[in-house]
Amino acid sequence: MRKLILLPLMLLPLLVSAAIDVYQFDTEADEQRFRELIKELRCPKCQNQAISDSDADIAHDMRAQVASMIRQGRSDDEIVDYFVERYGDFVSYEPPVRAETLVLWLLPLLALGLGAGVVAGMVRRARSLPLEEEDDQ
Amino acid sequence: MGKGVWVFLPLAGFLALALLLASGLGKDSTELKTALADKPVPSFELPSLLRQGQMVSNDVFSGRWSLLNVWATWCPTCHVEHPYLLKLAARGVVIIGLNYKDDSEAARAYLAERGNPFAEVPVDADGQMGLDLGVYGAPETFLVNPDGKVVLRHVGEMNERVWQEKFAPHIEGQTDA
Repeated sequence: MRKLILLPLMLLPLLVSAAIDVYQFDTEADEQRFRELIKELRCPKCQNQAISDSDADIAHDMRAQVASMIRQGRSDDEIVDYFVERYGDFVSYEPPVRAETLVLWLLPLLALGLGAGVVAGMVRRARSLPLEEEDDQ
Repeated sequence: MGKGVWVFLPLAGFLALALLLASGLGKDSTELKTALADKPVPSFELPSLLRQGQMVSNDVFSGRWSLLNVWATWCPTCHVEHPYLLKLAARGVVIIGLNYKDDSEAARAYLAERGNPFAEVPVDADGQMGLDLGVYGAPETFLVNPDGKVVLRHVGEMNERVWQEKFAPHIEGQTDA
């Protein structure tokens, strides 16, 4: 009996997710572009969330703006530029390569190179060691 | 020999990283620099909240230093800073109050009840002007120079400390002739 009451309660979250805004697009491709773009744009209010994940008011407005620009036939670059012009590089999860963003792009490569160097060094040292212990057994 | 130097490489790397991270510690990461710095206030033509039937455009910013304050009755921090805005206005600071995604009726009642610090109140009902300004949460206050260009933006409550530290230094010595 208890389970019978609980079951409908467990279905409640489905109702909530159904209330999330829905945008209509002419083609499947446009809808796909919309999904990609809202994952690439970062919410300025709830930082470290994409506007696709955020329930902030501004994220909602930004999604609506992306949808309307897609319907107007604007390209992905135009849409991202529109937001970067207003919110700065911060708003894009794929910031352009520029003097002040260079460290973002180079640091991971540098760390990777350093790690590779360390590993290579260890391997070389291990190889140069005589394999006496194994020979003994 | 050479090996001795390499031993310190991880330590050097660690120190460099620590310095980089330490330099970021004091910063407020929620305050974003405005992308509009040194650029004109985006062109707009919006209905006036108080002079009904009339429009407000970029002209309100020309010829004098002014503040563009983004506010709404649904915004709690706007309520907090309202008395300070009244003080600024009494000192002669021109404040343009962009009424952001608000109910106009409620906004008029709010100003009638608490006093109106704004020289003009354009109504941004759908938030399009907010989007153009890069607004991500009210209240936000922009300092606009006599050429109608944005000098800086402050996100959050406006108060005496913010005014003295961020805004006043820009205006002092170059107030309108």
